[in-house]
Formats: sequence, C-alpha cells, structure tokens
Amino acid sequence: MITLKVNGQTREVDADPQTPLLWVLRDDLGLTGTKYGCGIAQCGACTVHLDGAPIRSCSFPVAAAAGKSVTTIEGLQSKAAKAVQKAWVALDVVQCGYCQSGQIMSAVALLEQKPKPSDADIDGAMAGNICRCATYQRIRAAIHAAAREA
Amino acid sequence: MRMLDTLQQTHLRQTLAETTPAPALSRRDFLKSGAAAGLVVAVPLGWSGAALADPAGQPGVLAADAFIRVAPDDTVTIMIKHHEMGQGATTGLATIAADELDADWSRVVAEYAPSDPKLYANLAMGIQGTGGSTAMANSWEQMRKAGATARAMLVQAAADSWKVPAAEIRTANGVLTHASGKRARYGEMAGAAAQLTPPTNVPLKDPSQFTLIGKDRKGRLDSLAKSTGTATYTIDVKLPGLLTAVIARPPAFGARLKSFDASAARQVKGVTDVVQVPEGVAVVATGMWPALQGRKALKLDWDLAGVDARSSAQLFAEYRELAKRPGVPASKPEAAASAAAPAARSIEAVYEFPFLAHAAMEPMNCVAWLHDGRLETYSGHQLQTTDQMNAAKAAGLPPEKVTLHTLVSGGSFGRRANAEADFVVEAVHVAKAIGSRAPVRVQRTREDDMQAGYYRPLYVHGVRLDLDAQGLPAAWQHTIVGQSIVAGTPFAMMIKDGVDPTSVEGAAELPYAIPNHALTLHSTKVGLPVLWWRSVGSTHTAYVVETLIDEIAEAAGRDPVELRLALLKDRPRHVAALRLAADKAGWGQRKPAAGVARGVALHESFNTVVAQIVDVRLVDGQPKVERVVVGVDCGTAINPDVIRAQMEGGVGFALAAALYGAIDLEQGAARQSNFNDYQVLRMPAMPKVEVHIVPSAAAPTGVGEPGVPPLAPAVANALYRLTGQRVRSLPFARQSLSVAAQATT
Ligand code: FES
Ligand code: FES
Repeated sequence: MITLKVNGQTREVDADPQTPLLWVLRDDLGLTGTKYGCGIAQCGACTVHLDGAPIRSCSFPVAAAAGKSVTTIEGLQSKAAKAVQKAWVALDVVQCGYCQSGQIMSAVALLEQKPKPSDADIDGAMAGNICRCATYQRIRAAIHAAAREA
Repeated sequence: MRMLDTLQQTHLRQTLAETTPAPALSRRDFLKSGAAAGLVVAVPLGWSGAALADPAGQPGVLAADAFIRVAPDDTVTIMIKHHEMGQGATTGLATIAADELDADWSRVVAEYAPSDPKLYANLAMGIQGTGGSTAMANSWEQMRKAGATARAMLVQAAADSWKVPAAEIRTANGVLTHASGKRARYGEMAGAAAQLTPPTNVPLKDPSQFTLIGKDRKGRLDSLAKSTGTATYTIDVKLPGLLTAVIARPPAFGARLKSFDASAARQVKGVTDVVQVPEGVAVVATGMWPALQGRKALKLDWDLAGVDARSSAQLFAEYRELAKRPGVPASKPEAAASAAAPAARSIEAVYEFPFLAHAAMEPMNCVAWLHDGRLETYSGHQLQTTDQMNAAKAAGLPPEKVTLHTLVSGGSFGRRANAEADFVVEAVHVAKAIGSRAPVRVQRTREDDMQAGYYRPLYVHGVRLDLDAQGLPAAWQHTIVGQSIVAGTPFAMMIKDGVDPTSVEGAAELPYAIPNHALTLHSTKVGLPVLWWRSVGSTHTAYVVETLIDEIAEAAGRDPVELRLALLKDRPRHVAALRLAADKAGWGQRKPAAGVARGVALHESFNTVVAQIVDVRLVDGQPKVERVVVGVDCGTAINPDVIRAQMEGGVGFALAAALYGAIDLEQGAARQSNFNDYQVLRMPAMPKVEVHIVPSAAAPTGVGEPGVPPLAPAVANALYRLTGQRVRSLPFARQSLSVAAQATT
C-alpha cells in the first residue's frame, strides 16, 4: 500500500511502486482530468503539481509521490488557478481540449512562481506542453489575462 | 467534488453544477465574475443515447423535431449530429438553431446525436459523419429550419393560450411577449407546444434579424468542461468492470504473427487475458500500466515475408522517375490546350512531400461492450455510419444491434474519419476475444498511434512551366505521384476516370488564368495505409501551385500580390481574401523589420478561400515565423471567434508539418514513434496570427481545414526572399538554409 495525498485527501493505493503516478490517478483513483499523451515526458498532457511544482505524472513513479501532496486539475483551488481557468473560458482557449488540463496545470504553476510573467517566461514554462490544435496564442493571452486578474 | 459518474447511465448529462469541481470553480463564480457573462450554463460533454426523435415519456417537453428539445425549466437542448474534435461544430450548430429559435443562449445545452443516418446524415455525404469541413455548410438550412419550427410551435401555443394572433407575438431570449402585456418563458409554453403538429415551410429570418449568427462573441459550449478537466473523452469512459487493453502490433506493415508466448505476460499482476486478435496480440488488464507491463513480457515471433520493404528514400526515387512522364489526365476539361505560344524560358521543378502522421493529442482508442446480444461502443466516432457498419461486422451482429456513443475527441485531423474504422474494429475484436465478459477499452500508446499507420501519403510533383517573353505563364504541365487515399475503401466511388480527386484537389483547377494547364496523376501502391490529413490534397498541391506563382512573379518582375490579382479572373472571393490580407499586413506599404521577409499564398479548399501573409526571420538556419495575417472568405461567418480559432489552429498545425513533419518509412515501419522524434509545434514557435474575415451573406462554408494549405508556401516564398533558395522538399528542418548575400527583403 502506498499512501498519497491527492487534492487534500489521503488515499491508499495498492499499486506496483513503479507505476507512473498518471495511471494511479486515472485508473485507481478515477481522476481522469489528467490526460495521457506520450508517456515519455514530452507533451505535458499529464502535468500535475507535486508540492506545488509541475511534474509529468506519466514519468513519475507513484512511490516517489508517497507522503507528498499531489494536486490535479480536479483539485485546483488557489486564486491563481481560478484566475487561470476563468481566463481560459473567457478567451475560449480550448479546441479539442485534450491538452488543456496539462496546459492549465503548467500555467497555474507558472503564475504561482511568477505572478507577472513575460512572454519569455511563458515560452519557458509552457514549452513542454504540446497542443496539437495549436491554441498557443490564446494560451499566452489567457496567462497574461490571468496575471492581471490574480 | 463530484466525480464523473459511473456510467451505466448512458444518458448522462453533465450539467455545469455537476461537473465543475465546486471548491475550485463554480458556476456562481463564473457568473459573478462577469468574465463569463453570456456563458453557457450546462455543458454535456459526455455521451448521450437519448434520441430526441424519441421523447416519449417526457411530459411537458417540446421535441419539435430530431434536433431541438425545449424543457419546462427553459433548457433548450440542441442535438449535435457532427463529431466535436475541437473544430467548434458543437457551438456552431447550436448557434444556428438557437438564433432562429430566439433562444436564451445561456440556457442552451448540446447533446451528441446517436447513430441514425435517417435523422442525422451529413447531407453532403449521405451518411452520418463529419469531414471535408462540411459541418456548417450541410447543416445551415437544416438547423435554421429546426430552430424556426420550434419557435413557430411555441408562438402558436402562446397564441392559442392568449387568444391573440400568432403574428402579433414577439420572441427574444427565450421569452414570448405580446403587446397586451402577456409574457411567457419558452419553458412555460413547451408542454402546450408539444401537442401541436410541427408546421412545414416555416419562414426563416432575414440575416439582418440574426442575434447570434455573425456576432463577435465568446461562449464556446465546451469551454468550461474542457477547462476544468470534466469533459469525457474515450480515454475517460468509466463502465462497471471496464478493462484496458493494449495490442502488440506487427513490427512492420504486412508482418504476420507466427507464434507467441504469453506465459510471462500472464504472470503480471493485473493482467486478465492475453488474446490473439487480427491486429496482433492483445494484453487485457485492470488498468493501463499492467497492460503495458504485460505487453512488454510477451514473446512474439513475426513473419516478415509480406512486408513492403521500400523506404521513403526509395519511394522518392521511384516517384521522381514516374513524375517525368504523364499519368492519367486529371485536370478539369476546360483547361484543354490552346495554341501554345513559343516559350521564352521554362522552369522545371520537382517537389517532394513526406508521409505525415496526424498525431492527434488523444491517441486512438475505443471502448467496446458486448452484452445481451448487443454491442455498445464509446469513441470519438467521426464517421458514425461506417463505424457502426464495421463494428457490427466485427461483432457478427446486425447494425441495429450496435449502439454508438459519440464522445468528444482529443483531435482528429482526419485520423478518426477512417472508413475502415481500425480503432473501433480492434476494440470489438478484443471484446469478443475475451468472451464478451466485460467492456474493454483498447488504448493506443503514442507509439502505437504513430506507428500503426494511416499517414498522409508521400507525394512527388513534377512541373514544367513555360513562360513567355514577359515571364508570364504560357503552359503549365504538372504530374502528381502518390498513393490514392480512397482506393480500396468505401469511398472508392469518388475515383473518376482513374483519378482520386483527393490526390489532385487544389491543382486540378487553378484559380489563375493560365493557358495550357494540364495535370496528370500516377496512383501508386505501397504497403502501408494512408488517410486524409487536415486539408487533404491541398496539403501538397497548394505548396506547389503557390510557390510556382511566386516564381512566375519573379520571372515577370511583378509583385507577388499584384501578379496574383492580375491572374485571378472571375474569382471575386479570392481577390477579396487576398486584398484583405494584403491590406491588413501592410503589404507594399510598411516594410518588415530588418532581417524579416514577407511571403504570401492564397488557396481555396472546401469552398473557403484563405490568403495568408507571413513574416519570417531566419534563426539558426531555420525559419522563425513571427506573424501571420489571414484573410478568409467562408461565406456567412456563423461564429467569427470560432473561425479565428480555426485559422489560428490551422496555421499552427500547418507550421508544425512545414517545419518538422516527416514520417520516414524504413523496412516497412515508421522510424518515428513519439514526440521526441516526430516534432510538433510548441509554444515558442507559434507566430502571432491575425485573422480578418471577408464580410459575406453567402451560405457558410467550412473553416476546419482551409487555414492549413497556404501557410507552408507563404513561408517558402518568404524564405526565398531571405535565402535565394527555392525549397522544394518539406520539411524545412531538413533543408540547409542560409541568408543570401543579397537577400531580397
Ligand atoms: S503524457 Fe506525460 S508528458 Fe506526455
Ligand atoms: S486543444 Fe487540442 S491539443 Fe490542445
């Protein structure tokens, strides 16, 4: 049994310790907001926060998350997070939407680190999140909008 | 927080209140914030089996036809017959119907239609399906009529109840009013309206009366669910006892399984079954990780005798030879030869385009559930009718025993519109192979998705252009070589006189007045499956035509925009789109910054004309596109902001392929397997995109694909100005480019 703290709740999971956190979240805990896109830390669809920092959960063994605090899109609560989601909706960022949980998790982590990011900061923080629908222009605008709001 | 339901309830309708994690972001937050004014309140992005055609047992609900339902609580449900893959069809179709209905947009809910071609066929296809950027065009009249009919019934119900003439009743925002002061919400009249016989031939609005169509507003119906992680994709489907399977697939196209040893795989904790299916060996497990571990533990022996071992490089060499001689005539008959003027000079050009993967963000997947003599599937079903037929055949059931649940998908770009329904059929095979014991999701990994095929075909074009003494075209002889996309599929009837139109569209008929234009086609056979890829033939034809037009301009000493305008005869939409983009970009007015070159391209696809003007810089030998100005004529702009989004996305998608896109075939397999070696666009490479829409009252045309074709040739035309090099093979990343001593910027 591995004990995790996910979205503020303590959860016990019976999983192979090497299982990527992504599959524990999705298959064992039913938290399907976090997506699978590549499995090799290339696309960012699986981004969650571990003690507040963004990680690629597809490439992060669940055992390494034991005792740490995991936040998924379902558990976003901070002021920055609300500002980000509000901006995402206000600007109609999404298209297929499949990458957007990961985009939002990266954007929230960025704003929590850097409340007023520059375009270069956004490039740096978001380059690991692929959007095949290429919603990047709106993602950038929404991050700036959220920064003004938060 | 309320989790998405378990989902025996196939009629799941996720209202906002249900799906939004309350502590994070509630509907009240949204409404209070004002940021969301006018936003949608309910977002059913799950599946629906509830056919509007069968509203039995729902008292007080007006179901005017198969598309609209008005409930006593004022909710207006609009049935969406098209697949939502990000293109905005949900919002578009709902907008059309809601406008004629005079609905309160904040009470509009979308639901995805069940598979029923009698009710929900794509009128441009004759089957139920989405593709060819047809969703708005084929639904325009249909959804307007649906909205107008429902409105007429509500009005009649109010007229009967108030004893006033129907003509005196006004409607707006979901409310009926009469000068006498009488007033009712739609929901209050829905029950009475449901008793009436739907009228026929209800008049439609004059466009000047539109309140939603053409208005520049935000409010995609799927924004909130997709911004909160609550939209249900195929990968998220939950069913009782649902199992997950991955398939060990052939290492090369055409390889066959000789034997396999699953003893180690069966030892993996969580693996429930290892079964042979036509697609390979499926490892079925309680979750994705054990399935993957089980697959790793398989020992597989493959027979490679049937593999077509030609590499991409060999195919290019063969195709280049073929391109030297004419194939099957493929140009439009009106382009017949006229008396040829003697050529003052000629341009001979050979172009090469590699295989491309769609690489939609959600790797292909489908859930299949065989139970009680029926099959249910859950997937991003883009071609419902052929998916249903294929699934029925694979299950050994009649089609009426197959229920499709069409979910939103994490992108398609053509990949999910596969008449062979590969990702559906394999799920049915696995469900059958485990004895129909449980529902099963076959989930592809990214590697499976990229390597199991269906690519944009590899093409070579050979062109000989004869120019007259002024440098203007006197003859254009063009040969295209590549696999047919539709041959051997149910769409093969599209082939006419030996020509697959998807191989030549965009080059068969030029918008420019060019004498002696002749196009021919060689359709090749290669042992790997190919498919349409966002904008199909125009992915390569636009590149060839639009870069050659720039070469003609250079030969004639003319400005590329001016020359295009001069050659466009009786093409007012092309002229308007090009002029708009050129004006907004400051073409010929404002010089680009030092080190930046500007390029232009113009292309019509799917009845939509798009002009793009790009600003390009060379950074470390590679193009960096800084700005793209788009002029688009797509008829009536139903949702201008969705059109802008599709143009932005089309530009980014096209730029990814132009910069990096290539699947290399080697020994019958794709060498690339994931985003590490099949590079796609990332945030830092995204240009600023400005979209300008040509005002039009004509019927709407598509926008999902037409933003793609002009981008690559526009960049190539700018690159020539920077480097003096004419790039004739894609992607750019494989060319060695350097700034010319005398850059013509
Ligand atoms: S799925 Fe984890 S980075 Fe792509
Ligand atoms: S919205 Fe489709 S991948 Fe980002």
